[in-house]
Amino acid sequence: MIGLLVSAAQAALVSTAQAATVPVAATDVAVSWDTLYWFLIYLSLFFFVGIVAAMVIFGIKYRKAVHPKPKYIHGHVGIELAWTIIPTILVMWIFVWGWMVYKDMVDAPLDSMEIHVIGKQWLWQFVYKNGVSTIGDVYVPVNKPVKFIMSSEDVLHAMFIPNFRVKHDVVPGMYTYLWFEAKVPGIHQIYCTEYCGTSHSGMLGRMIVLTPEQWQDFVAGKKIDVDSLPADPTFPGYRANRLGEGLEATAQSTGGAAPTLTLAEKGKVLTQTKGCVACHTGDGSKLIGPSYKGIYGTDVKLSDGKTVKVDDNYIRESIENPQAKIVAGYPGSMPVYKGLVTEEEIVSITEYIKSLK
Amino acid sequence: MSHGKPGVVHGDNYFNYEPGIWSWLTTLDHKRIGLMYLFTIMCMFLLGGIFALAIRMELFSPGMQFLTNDQFNRFFTYHGAIMVFMVVIPLIPAAIGNFVMPMMIGAKDVAFPRWNLTSYYIYLFGAILAASTLFIKGVDTGWTFYAPYSIRTGTSATLVLGGAFIMGFSSILTGLNFIVTIHKLRCPGLTWDRLPLFVWAIYATSVIQVLATPVLAITLLLLILERTLNIGIFDPKLGGDPVLFQHFFWFYSHPAVYIMVLPGMGIISEVIPVFSRKPIFGYKAFAAATFGIALVAFVVWGHHMFVSGQSDVANFIFSLITMFVAIPTGVKVFGWLATLYKGSLRFNVPLVYALWFLFVFTIGGLTGVFLATVSIDVHLTATYFVVAHFHYVMVGGTLLAFLAGLHYWFPKFTGKMYHEGPAQVAAWFIGIGFNVTFFPQFILGALGMPRRYADYLPQFTTLNRVSTVGSWFIGMGFVIVAINLIRSIKTGSKAGDNPWGGLTLEWQSPSPPPMENFLHDPVVTEGPYEYRGDKIGLGLNA
Repeated sequence: MIGLLVSAAQAALVSTAQAATVPVAATDVAVSWDTLYWFLIYLSLFFFVGIVAAMVIFGIKYRKAVHPKPKYIHGHVGIELAWTIIPTILVMWIFVWGWMVYKDMVDAPLDSMEIHVIGKQWLWQFVYKNGVSTIGDVYVPVNKPVKFIMSSEDVLHAMFIPNFRVKHDVVPGMYTYLWFEAKVPGIHQIYCTEYCGTSHSGMLGRMIVLTPEQWQDFVAGKKIDVDSLPADPTFPGYRANRLGEGLEATAQSTGGAAPTLTLAEKGKVLTQTKGCVACHTGDGSKLIGPSYKGIYGTDVKLSDGKTVKVDDNYIRESIENPQAKIVAGYPGSMPVYKGLVTEEEIVSITEYIKSLK
Repeated sequence: MSHGKPGVVHGDNYFNYEPGIWSWLTTLDHKRIGLMYLFTIMCMFLLGGIFALAIRMELFSPGMQFLTNDQFNRFFTYHGAIMVFMVVIPLIPAAIGNFVMPMMIGAKDVAFPRWNLTSYYIYLFGAILAASTLFIKGVDTGWTFYAPYSIRTGTSATLVLGGAFIMGFSSILTGLNFIVTIHKLRCPGLTWDRLPLFVWAIYATSVIQVLATPVLAITLLLLILERTLNIGIFDPKLGGDPVLFQHFFWFYSHPAVYIMVLPGMGIISEVIPVFSRKPIFGYKAFAAATFGIALVAFVVWGHHMFVSGQSDVANFIFSLITMFVAIPTGVKVFGWLATLYKGSLRFNVPLVYALWFLFVFTIGGLTGVFLATVSIDVHLTATYFVVAHFHYVMVGGTLLAFLAGLHYWFPKFTGKMYHEGPAQVAAWFIGIGFNVTFFPQFILGALGMPRRYADYLPQFTTLNRVSTVGSWFIGMGFVIVAINLIRSIKTGSKAGDNPWGGLTLEWQSPSPPPMENFLHDPVVTEGPYEYRGDKIGLGLNA
């Protein structure tokens, strides 16, 4: 019964969301976000109207001409306690609710499809596990969770998809993540939201959410006719932009082009050409360094006694600066690869390691 | 006082006591120093304001009409850096605080008059150094100087960083000076529980200035060393951490916003009782809230970094503690309203500005709760919603309170009353213009328009145009304020010692005050808000 009331209240709150002032909610997370947002709007309106009404009423009622004798009081403990305690309870409730929505926002489902994102002045590059790489446009299936693994080649950027209510900085030297499950097919605008220089406002992208049939086409290597897809639902009548002015000519989108090697296959080749195979195997046997087989996602013990999880950031650091964390029982003689591998190469090697279950 | 050049006729107040520009440039009088700060800061405000108007002009339509992207990026950087470091941070403490605070505690001057003058010259030198880059390569990093862009940019960033570094010492020295002054130079009878709330505000602000500014100094210095010597602390190419810069930067810059707003709140706490003829409602709570805000200010910096890559643990803690800032702030807003309740209100311009402050600051504060909520912030951060929020609290907060104070103390500074009519007109231009400029920006941000965008998608045009038109009204309002106040110095009616019937000590002195502040040593026997029976009908509006 309470559940019904709550969801009815939710629906009422959400449906009163003026489409003119927030983007369309294209994911379930966006719907939860909107519910909290509109609650905050109405709560703020309550306090704001109350405060302004008080000012106006007091201004009229207590102006000198009609109220020449002011009241001589210094305070009132009860009232002061009330307006301290009640707001405290309110903000604590808002904090808890906000945190619950946040966890949904940032905890990616384990079966999310991973796509690598590389931000560079001033475009977005998306790299799929099967080796396909696109610029500006990213294609995702509807109703499936997708996780972006992001890094920058140069300065800070940030990936922002307003219709999904998700955003995260894209940092050089570190992987950051965001995830979403798109419910609305069509095109959704992507922006860069961390100032990055001259064409910061031109560093746009398009989130292209495909129906299952269209996704099959994309995976099979067929070109998708993006212009025939539904435009950004938040701004009917406007197309979403892939790139800002002046950059159209240099952009290419290879959406649907057949890949030659998957990321994992590229990574395997790199472990040979970069000399990793001299010390690391892919079949579990121990050489000079740990084997890649089965380590992704597990915890390893280090020579200083600490335990760390083998995740994307750990692998990147172990390639660029291997002396930072040495696995217990190994000599720690790996050379530094910083400057000797590119972002894409690190991504490929990481995907190879992930593929060795 | 009998020092001075023999044979020169001395006037009887601080302004004409010793004539000539050299006597001003070498003055040790806190009142003159305050006015010098005021003049210089207003010049910087004009410069920062011109950049603002230019930005809004370019943003009137999508596409680039007057500026290139690189010029636009410099314009918003200068607008931010000038307004933050050269205007809003020093404004109320250095300009008004310097003049008024020592008088409010019955002192003849601050504890260290030479430091005071030195602080002014440090500020001037740092400001000129930073502003000189306008004629070199400019700077395009945003006022926040995030690495690694601020390391890579080929602009004159190092000089701007150097200028800001130098200006920081003005802030530190002024803060130290004020703390010692408030502790040691209070006149007889002025116990801590009788201290005017403006003085409490200056005190808390000074503590923040002293504790937080050195962190900024070191951070800017590290960035300068990174740019010039490649020390590798923030640059990921050298193994450094760009997010570390953000932690260092915001550790100062969040408390800095309370340096901006607390003195403004202090002014409101003076103006409302005077023009309501009523004691402030909840004096102890106000003083406690002031320090509560100052304390909490130091442990919430990470709310600027919710999507920077810091951990979920950090996000949890920073969001939780940030919520607590709302409480003492609410205590003040409700306290001011309760002071108006059953008062006897006189709607001179200081009170009009105070009421606009309440209107605008409430919106700013409420939208702060949105941004403190971590999940809500994920969508809104780095969009125009944040730009609207901080303009509402900084401009709406500090600047409107400053205008209230400027008009309130104008008779004391000059001995003349300002012309009320044009002052009222200007207040409405600014109040309405401000809301027309910035309210649409909340909506722009919620719809997804990012900040620091030289160009925007066409669907954002209408709201941007409304905002730009609003900026013209703010500009016109300030022009009216400037012309009115300057004219009033000449043509205003003579103000007596205490035109408003205020009960704080500065009103026991002639307007303008003599060099040594008081003709008779003041003694305090009760709190500064005791408006009862015999004290209600004092002053101009009796």
